[in-house]
Amino acid sequence: MSQRAPERVVAPGGGTAGTTRRGQAVKFAVLIVLAAFFLMPMYVLVATGFKPFAEATAARAWLLPREWSMEGWSTAWTALAPGLWNSVRMVVPAAVVSAVLGSLNGYVMARWRFPGADTVFTLFLFGMFIPYQAVMIPLQQIMVSSGLMGGLFPLILAHTVYGIPICTLIFRNYYASIPHTLIEAARVDGAGLLRTYAHVVLPVSAPAFAVTLIWQFTSAWNDFLFAVFLTGPQSWPVTVQLNNVAGSMVVPYNQQMAAAVLASLPTLVIYLVLGRYFMRGLMAGALKG
Amino acid sequence: MSGPATRPGAAEGGTGPRRPTRARHGSRGRRLRTRVRSWGPSLLLVSPSILLIGIFVYGMIGWNTRLALSDQHRPTDEGSFVGLDNFVALWQEARWPAAVNNAIVFTVVFVGGALLLGWLLGLLLDKGIRGEPVFRTLFLAPMAVSFIATGVVWRWLMNPAPAERATGLNALFVHVNLDFLVNTWWTAPDLGMAAMALPAIWQLSGYVMALFLAGFRGVPAELREAARVDGCSEWGVYWHVVMPRLRPVTLSAVIIIGHMSLKVFDLIIAIAGQQIVADVPAVYMWSTVFEVRDPAKGATIASYLLVAVAVFVIPYLVWTMREERSEGR
Repeated sequence: MSQRAPERVVAPGGGTAGTTRRGQAVKFAVLIVLAAFFLMPMYVLVATGFKPFAEATAARAWLLPREWSMEGWSTAWTALAPGLWNSVRMVVPAAVVSAVLGSLNGYVMARWRFPGADTVFTLFLFGMFIPYQAVMIPLQQIMVSSGLMGGLFPLILAHTVYGIPICTLIFRNYYASIPHTLIEAARVDGAGLLRTYAHVVLPVSAPAFAVTLIWQFTSAWNDFLFAVFLTGPQSWPVTVQLNNVAGSMVVPYNQQMAAAVLASLPTLVIYLVLGRYFMRGLMAGALKG
Repeated sequence: MSGPATRPGAAEGGTGPRRPTRARHGSRGRRLRTRVRSWGPSLLLVSPSILLIGIFVYGMIGWNTRLALSDQHRPTDEGSFVGLDNFVALWQEARWPAAVNNAIVFTVVFVGGALLLGWLLGLLLDKGIRGEPVFRTLFLAPMAVSFIATGVVWRWLMNPAPAERATGLNALFVHVNLDFLVNTWWTAPDLGMAAMALPAIWQLSGYVMALFLAGFRGVPAELREAARVDGCSEWGVYWHVVMPRLRPVTLSAVIIIGHMSLKVFDLIIAIAGQQIVADVPAVYMWSTVFEVRDPAKGATIASYLLVAVAVFVIPYLVWTMREERSEGR
């Protein structure tokens, strides 16, 4: 037991001392096997996407394409392009507006509290967890009866409103970590609520905006439920179009897989490039993480 | 994310200056006015969001509940109050208990599987290993992708067709002579929903890993050290020192994965469409509202979903807020 002691000095990411080398090798082997499990669907997506129509068959299912073809990609692109564009037009305003509202709420809840702020905050948070099925029928009825159905607006509104809770949570936690003295100083100088926000709080908010914008972008982009009942064919975002492409029995696998990759590229790129902020958004969902 | 920074204790610091003000002004009226002046604007600033959340979350939940308690079984019906009739009637149908059962199987396998795999991944990476950032990135990547896209590839992987026509895992199993593993995946009547949980586990165990990794690394090194000095083996350190401190993380993971699981919809639609064998309450509600067009029944299913989620989430939120407050003091 005590001969295992050297393990304790292993720094994250570093190598190891002699006795634990075997342990490290076993761990590494297990990780490689698990990595293969995680990579398997990605391999299938890309390999099948590059196969010509004739080759996307059962017999060659797991093999690399014999002949690399762009056919699947170009057909998928043609089918998905309107949806991709709709998604962009829907996600950007939804993310921006909910981030701005979240910032104002977070500032108040962390720094300028009113009686009952805790209760309001908890009620907001519950909105983060509700199954959207519980608001689906009324939401649809309101949109239909107000004549808004058809365009992207209902979807933008839904993602904005239901994004407020998590944005508020992220900003509240972020603002609570701003040094106390910074805000006190502004108050002593006679700055009011909005002045303090504009001159002290907003200028240091960039990281929290990054987190909320990425979080909102990703979740609105990946949403299917709201999209499928709040939009018509003209305004279908990419998830709905992808489901239509892939759900049809006549669309060959190479196109289906290529379409799935195309629909996932924006969020995957964000995750790879801005992983740190993406992670923080994820962790914010777990209050006590 | 939540460290000391999130304590309302720290947040309350913002209201500090009220105290000297209160001392200066003696009269009650003036004190009240000062207080209103101090929190009036902040309430005003939050009011658009309060209004939106009030209408779109609580107002609509109320509307949905009223619908569930009515007999509006066609969109054009007037609908009058019938109490819990719809809630009782649902259980008389064959489809509903089956859908509930499917959701429970799915949830147990999904939550259990994601927790176990996520914990294992976190444990393997805890002390650092060559290529750790690459592994972390890889395990988390599925999280960035939609359930619809995940469904496209997993429907291919879990293609239930017999081996010679199968395209996915069945074909792979035959290829490497593991024929006994060939099965009908999500179309199996008994274990189908367990197979359906597989893509969900693939998608979210990386998230659980991230939570656990943060938890593992949040355990002070001195604590681990002290246990080792007391003669604990490495496993003993994990079992007696590290694991007990992971309870809050585990609870968060269970709540988050669990609430996603109960309302699963996209993944089922993408893999199985609306086939009865993989029916769950959210899919049942979908066909009730948009195909059968029975608003009251659809609202009833939605109410059951809301209750199922609320039963876990409300105590969790209350507990979290209380915990935060006690930490702050």
